[in-house]
Amino acid sequence: MSFRSETNRVAAVAWKDLTTERRSKANFNAVLFLAALMLLMFGFALGPDAASLRLAAAGIVWLTIMFSGNLAFHRSYQVELEGGALETLLLYPGARSSIFLGKLIANLVFVLLVLMALIPIAIVLYDIPVGPSIPLLFLVIFLGTFGFVTLGTFYASMASRSRAREVLLPLLLFPMLIPVLLASVEATGALLQGDPMGEAGRWIRLLVSFDVIFLGASILAFGAVIEE
Amino acid sequence: MQELKALSEERAPKWLIGLTAIAFMAVAGAQVFGFITSPAAEQYQHSQKIMYVHVPAAWNAFLAFIVVFWASLVYLWKRSEGADLLAESAAEVGAVFTGLTLLLGSIWGKWAWGVWWTWDPRLTSTAVLFIIFVGYLALRSFTEDPERRATWSAGVGIFGALNVPIVYMSVRWWRTLHQVQSSPETMSAEYVTALRVNGIAFLLLLVAVLGWRYRAARIQRRAEALHEEAILEGRQVHV
Repeated sequence: MSFRSETNRVAAVAWKDLTTERRSKANFNAVLFLAALMLLMFGFALGPDAASLRLAAAGIVWLTIMFSGNLAFHRSYQVELEGGALETLLLYPGARSSIFLGKLIANLVFVLLVLMALIPIAIVLYDIPVGPSIPLLFLVIFLGTFGFVTLGTFYASMASRSRAREVLLPLLLFPMLIPVLLASVEATGALLQGDPMGEAGRWIRLLVSFDVIFLGASILAFGAVIEE
Repeated sequence: MQELKALSEERAPKWLIGLTAIAFMAVAGAQVFGFITSPAAEQYQHSQKIMYVHVPAAWNAFLAFIVVFWASLVYLWKRSEGADLLAESAAEVGAVFTGLTLLLGSIWGKWAWGVWWTWDPRLTSTAVLFIIFVGYLALRSFTEDPERRATWSAGVGIFGALNVPIVYMSVRWWRTLHQVQSSPETMSAEYVTALRVNGIAFLLLLVAVLGWRYRAARIQRRAEALHEEAILEGRQVHV
């Protein structure tokens, strides 16, 4: 299989997943609503003091997206499992990792879209001052989401097909995400304050390393894990 | 079901029984040695003795995790059932040892530092190691098909091991940037010998327990296979 036909396969899988999602929209709306609700609930739990809420805001937003994004990963395989289509998809010639990359891209788009809707809500609710380092903030958001979605897509390929999948995915996924959570929250927090200590750079490097390591590992392992 | 009965009555190999006896005596002896040779530490008094279980358990838990990682790689490479069963056994024993480390550390921490928990890098990464083990074991128990279980858990085992250094590094940065007290690392020479002796004794214990657990896993797998055979042949099955 040539590189070109593999990229076509990746695009086809991603396009298929996104089209299914776009046509129903039920999942997107549900996840977004749940996330917005969590932001509100965190406000009740930690507020109403505006200063302390602002300080906790970066952590709250990242936790919220991780908890609610969790639901998106199931859907990624659920639709196919219910229709019995996963076997057919696996029968097509070509590398298995293309299926993984396609699903990864679809999930990434999904979670980033949820985030784009969620962040303005967070800014309003928690009165977050958006500093001068907006491009870097976007970079951190992208890198953090990428790491989270990579592992989520990988682990959901197993958890979705086991018993007790609702419990199993977070049980497997969240311990693995601790470095992503720490790095994303710390980098976001630092950048929101204008990065006075110059610490955002090292967290960004950590995110890049995490993303590269687990993207590589997932691509290598997915073929073995997905087959019956 | 004759075969199954024979399986359950099969004698454990002699070396395993012998090793277990030696391991228990070694642990008991090493504990006594620790109590006799080390004086009460100035600051921590006799609470320091907790170290002789806490630290060896931590070392060996880490060793068990390396076994899981290695056996998982071997499984994915060679697809041998033995490697999968070894990974399962090591993960379970490792989880118990990690749990013991955390529990004892917490009890000692309350005594020495006045808190049950602090966000120290070692503590936090040990806790993360523990929950990765627990997730691994949960995945195993929620997956019925043996081959699928083996492949999936091998993936999870390898990913978990890859993550340990990253977790440690991230927690350490997180802590240093926040400028909070770190745990005292100083130790005088008189405690080191006792600690090493206990480390070796616990290593023997680890190997012995691993041997038993591996044997149990083998029998269990064989029983599963017999069960399946019986169902396929349409015989009556009592569970």
